Amino acid sequence: MKPAPFEYVRPQSLAEACELLAGDEDARAIAGGQTLVPMLAMRLARPTKLIDIMRLPELAGIRTEGGAVVVGATTRQVIAERDPLVRAQLPALAAVLPWVGHPATRNRGTVGGSIANADPSAEIPLVAVTLGAEIMLATPDGPSSMPADDFFIGPMLTTIAPGECVSAVRFPVWEHRSVGVGFFEVSARKSDFAFASALAQVALDEDGRCIDIALGVGGVGDRPLRLDVSPLLGTRLDAASVAEAVHASAGDLEASSDLHASASYRRRVAITLGKRAIEQAITEAGARPLKGAA
Amino acid sequence: MKVELRVNGVSRTADVEPRKTLLDTLRENFLLNGAHAGCEHGVCGACTVLVDGEPVRSCLMFAVQADGYEITTIEGLAPAPGELSVIQDAFCETHGLQCGYCTPGMILSAHALLQHTHTPSREEIVEAISGNICRCTGYGQIVEAVQFAAGRLQKSNALRPNHVSPGHHGAGHDAPEEGVLEADAPKEIV
Ligand SMILES: Cc1cc2nc3c(=O)[nH]c(=O)nc-3n(C[C@@H](O)[C@H](O)[C@H](O)COP(=O)(O)OP(=O)(O)OC[C@H]3O[C@@H](n4cnc5c(N)ncnc54)[C@H](O)[C@@H]3O)c2cc1C
Ligand code: FES
Ligand code: FES
Repeated sequence: MKPAPFEYVRPQSLAEACELLAGDEDARAIAGGQTLVPMLAMRLARPTKLIDIMRLPELAGIRTEGGAVVVGATTRQVIAERDPLVRAQLPALAAVLPWVGHPATRNRGTVGGSIANADPSAEIPLVAVTLGAEIMLATPDGPSSMPADDFFIGPMLTTIAPGECVSAVRFPVWEHRSVGVGFFEVSARKSDFAFASALAQVALDEDGRCIDIALGVGGVGDRPLRLDVSPLLGTRLDAASVAEAVHASAGDLEASSDLHASASYRRRVAITLGKRAIEQAITEAGARPLKGAA
Repeated sequence: MKVELRVNGVSRTADVEPRKTLLDTLRENFLLNGAHAGCEHGVCGACTVLVDGEPVRSCLMFAVQADGYEITTIEGLAPAPGELSVIQDAFCETHGLQCGYCTPGMILSAHALLQHTHTPSREEIVEAISGNICRCTGYGQIVEAVQFAAGRLQKSNALRPNHVSPGHHGAGHDAPEEGVLEADAPKEIV
């Protein structure tokens, strides 16, 4: 099917884009179009106007800023995937990007588009929640921001209000000596949306004790979830303690059922992947001191 | 809306509705029928074209979004009328195509990969064509075709194929200037 007619506007500035989005409730931003265009074609969305934000200079680029890597909203996924700064300082984002769709969708799909789209099994929102990223917003009243954990409220549902636009994502960098990452997902085919996924980031001190740890799961609930594995902090990690902590943290994990997988299957897979992700992160942390950190 | 697009190195104009995809514009307005319509939802890769040298689904891009980019379709790969590029040739030789529906997309994805490296691993080839669905060949010969083409490009002794006009990133032709060299010609047939 073909999209219903719409008007196409390419604003010259972010302020103009916000104004256009605020002025018409049925206007929609388009970035890479890798999700929006199929929705238009299936007529699941019928916006009056498409506001093309892809070439706005304010939304482009990747930079470091006070202990964080700030990724502009319209940064194409392939650019982030190849970026030396991301590889060196944001290993979690670098690890998931090859799993986002296919090379051809990553060439157009953007980091901000994936965040704004808020698919519960999307990988980039999982990184944002796991690391506690800040979602930077442009609003008609100027810039604002929101912790990722509060930004995602349900499947394809965020706190974005009319006239607002994701401008960037501020991913915190862990400044520890040894940081490792683990990521696993289970899907029907590689690069398809995951039934369940788990992302872990672990930092170890010289004696191999865990000084920082984060674990998130995607595809399980109606949004990416961060699990509390803080009991592992300050301990020397072994398979038994990791398993115990992951089981305990996932006790009240609310999983959803659909055509592809039942809730109990999702929960079990998430727990298994969570353990594996932490174990891989530990191995990596031992092997790889974070580049660029002290 | 009037759009001016660069397609295969030539500027072309069309008057299109904003909802007209790049795919439909290439096929209907410019009569470039090599980009195929499969699913039209971004799933199959039959519509793949290169945008600034990188594979993109032309069914997920509106023509009005595409001005200013260098667009390359399968028609733009052949070094001269009646000739085939190294990769096109390799697909024929290794039986990498049956019905041919997925073939332009496969070849453009492979072309982009071989612009970056002439020594791709099997995994890299599989990853590069992972977004392209083939219902006929079972992928074995397609992977073989890309490996075969990579080998030929290595041996062709030509400069790395980045001879594109300034400002365009790698959307050039993959064939050595002199056409396919016979480096891999069959040994003595006994
Ligand atoms: C075949 C296929 C497989 C895929 N597989 C995966 C996968 O495995 N994992 C995955 O995570 N994704 C996957 N995707 C989707 C992914 O490719 C998209 O990149 C992403 O979800 C949306 O990004 P986009 O830039 O294309 O956004 P668009 O499609 O342009 O926009 C998506 C939505 O976000 C809004 N939006 C976009 N940018 C902003 C902004 N800056 N501020 C406010 N709102 C904004 C739009 O209005 C729209 O509602 C797949 C897509 C395809 C076609
Ligand atoms: S027709 Fe574009 S991906 Fe199938
Ligand atoms: S050759 Fe027929 S679909 Fe691939």
